Amino acid sequence: MIEVNELRVRFGTIEAVKGVSFRVPQGASFGLVGESGSGKSTVLRALSGLNRDWSGDIVIDGKGQQPIRDKNFFRRVQMVFQDPYGSLHPRQTVDRALSEPLLVHGIGDVDTRVRRALAEVALPALLRFRYPHQLSGGQRQRVAIARALMAEPEVLLLDEPTSALDVSVQAEVLNLLADLQRARNLTYIMVSHNLAVVAHLCSEIGVMQSGEMVELLSADDLRAGRISHPHTKALRALSIELEEPEMAKSA
Amino acid sequence: MQVVVRDLRIAFPSPQGPTEAVRGVSFALGQEKLGIVGESGSGKSLTARSILRLLPRQALVSAETIEFDGIDVLKANETQMRAIRGKRAGLIMQDPKFSLNPVMTAGQQIAEAWHAHRGSSRKEAKDAAVELLAQVQIRDPKRVADMYPHELSGGMGQRAMIAMMLAPDPELLIADEPTSALDATVQAEILRLIEDLVSRRGMGLILISHDLPLVSHFCDRVLVMYAGRVVEEARAGELARAKHPYTRGLLDCLPSLVHPKPRLAVMRRDPAWLGT
Amino acid sequence: MTPPMSLTREWLLTDAPESRRQAGLGRLYRGWLLFRRNYLAMAGLVAAVFLIVVSLLAPVLSPYDPSAQDLTNRFGPISAAHWFGTDEVGRDLLTRLLYGGRVTLGMVVAIMVLVAPVGLVVGTVAGYAGGVADRILMRITDVFLAFPRLILALAFVAALRPGISSAIIAIALTAWPPYARLARAETLTIRNADFIAAVRLTGASATRIVMRHIAPLCVSSLIVRVTLDMSGIILTAAGLGFLGMGAQPPMPEWGTMIATTRGQILDAWWVPTIPGVAIFVASLAFNLLGDGLRDVLDPKQG
Repeated sequence: MIEVNELRVRFGTIEAVKGVSFRVPQGASFGLVGESGSGKSTVLRALSGLNRDWSGDIVIDGKGQQPIRDKNFFRRVQMVFQDPYGSLHPRQTVDRALSEPLLVHGIGDVDTRVRRALAEVALPALLRFRYPHQLSGGQRQRVAIARALMAEPEVLLLDEPTSALDVSVQAEVLNLLADLQRARNLTYIMVSHNLAVVAHLCSEIGVMQSGEMVELLSADDLRAGRISHPHTKALRALSIELEEPEMAKSA
Repeated sequence: MQVVVRDLRIAFPSPQGPTEAVRGVSFALGQEKLGIVGESGSGKSLTARSILRLLPRQALVSAETIEFDGIDVLKANETQMRAIRGKRAGLIMQDPKFSLNPVMTAGQQIAEAWHAHRGSSRKEAKDAAVELLAQVQIRDPKRVADMYPHELSGGMGQRAMIAMMLAPDPELLIADEPTSALDATVQAEILRLIEDLVSRRGMGLILISHDLPLVSHFCDRVLVMYAGRVVEEARAGELARAKHPYTRGLLDCLPSLVHPKPRLAVMRRDPAWLGT
Repeated sequence: MTPPMSLTREWLLTDAPESRRQAGLGRLYRGWLLFRRNYLAMAGLVAAVFLIVVSLLAPVLSPYDPSAQDLTNRFGPISAAHWFGTDEVGRDLLTRLLYGGRVTLGMVVAIMVLVAPVGLVVGTVAGYAGGVADRILMRITDVFLAFPRLILALAFVAALRPGISSAIIAIALTAWPPYARLARAETLTIRNADFIAAVRLTGASATRIVMRHIAPLCVSSLIVRVTLDMSGIILTAAGLGFLGMGAQPPMPEWGTMIATTRGQILDAWWVPTIPGVAIFVASLAFNLLGDGLRDVLDPKQG
């Protein structure tokens, strides 16, 4: 479904992404992990069409993409952002935010679709005409997910969708994303610095460091420790060390 | 140095009457590391800031006691509080981009903190700033001292913040979600640094976070807060055997690299946890 | 849902609105409640509304005809017959003040209606487009900004026929640049926000993004700026009138009224002073109103 070949992104004189390649089959979920500055978010933004200064190949469903994408592309590929507090227009109600993609693409039946979208992300109907500042972080992120799904895309790009959420809300949102993927046969590319979250949702993982993809492996291999690159080993070790609450040291 | 808080209550006025954000919290802290864990809205930040009386103007604070080293914080006047804030107790916040002055270099700010509380010469303060930057494990302290906050990465900015707070050699450090904006690797480095500095200087530490396992690694004791109350208090090593269903819920809903879960457990909030 | 026959407080403040209109009205109402708590701002609002209403009702409220001269009663003192006295040709000052308000305030409103939308469009387009378009628009803005307001207005009016319409156009030409800059500054901040990225990802055209998503966010600060600028505009219009370049006699206008009678400041002091007080009150009222609006629309408290 998605094929990336030798993607390079440059910001001025600095090369933020230095020749990254990977493939994501349809209906699969691919995780991009790395530290801040590794270039993972930059890859996602280049894929989404937000960033136009890239070179290399991006092929979606057999069609090579140009830096400037057409409306049809945006119907098929959508993105969910990290910060729930910045991804909704502060002066627009939830209803307006969800209607916008339908209006732009000329999709009818707005009222029904909006109500259905709210139900699909388990948001009560009474939130429909609220403003973002009247919603919690978790609710805002659900709205963002609903908005991304309004035009019925096939690919969802997720930029650290749960990093800014409380852990209990994170669990709900991750479950929701898993459910939605199954129900709609979506293809996911998720960026995160949290290995446990990525391994939970994604079956294939790409590890990035300083703009390069240093390892491509399956989530199972990551869990089991069947790793080749030292950076991946370090990330895994840290994640395991910190995830278990420290056991009482014997006296 | 002992911090004693008994029956702390903080409320905010609202059109429907005062709403309580902190409802009867009590704890004591000596020369140890205390973690306060809770979700957004649990009141953990407010609780810690009340020790330094750094609450929003409209907050209504009441308590049986809030004591810092024997000083009654509730009754102290501004001069007495200023003698505590910064000099005897420091506060590190989440995003160094917002807590560092954008028009002064890192070195200037640390030197100012040193100078304000120790009254030395400009040159001594400047040298002390470079020394402090080295202590927070910045590799090229002289160069970083001349950099502005926007030129520093998140981790470096936080280290500069720590250096600034440690300049007056305080007895207590309050870290309010110091690493929430940083990635996992830098998070661990910063917390190890804080843990190390606090131990070496014999300081007390209050670490506020929403990440329970993380806090348990860097603190001696942990308080779990929910809706303004403390629902569990445990030694860090005993958290795995936590008793309160909310704490268990916090631990169970986390995805794990080692134990894959097909579906993450979702917290079922019992209204009984809200207490009376 | 039954139509909102009952615009009750409860309906407005509900946390589960059932339509966009209800949500929008609710937001306005909450803003109004917040505004109401500021006594100075309320005083400004009341004073401004009072002046506008009274000026609009000038034909109804004035005891005399504004051009009715009575040369036997020049510079008449304050009396029961003439509440504010009479001017240099015996016209009732109260009447002149009321009709003059129509002219002065009318000019100001006309200027604002011209200036704010133009500034908004230029600023948002420049801010969003960036690059060459931004540079060109901003250089044009700079050219107009470089002229001192009164001097350019004077030159313009002198080139055309002195009169109200010339004065309005002249002042408008110099008043629009700050709004363009303000809108551009806001746009530069907003356009990097995630919610704008999200709209771009719907494939919306740049026009739609600017007009329907960015411009509405700039409106608040523009409104505040407009009310704060009103006092300056009133003074500029009055200044032009004072210099004989605005409203021409016998048309009443607060600035002209001061100009033509300023020699009497020591003898019949009320004749030049009272229009001056009117200008002062109007300026102050709009200033207080603007401050109050800014606190509600653009709060930056800690």
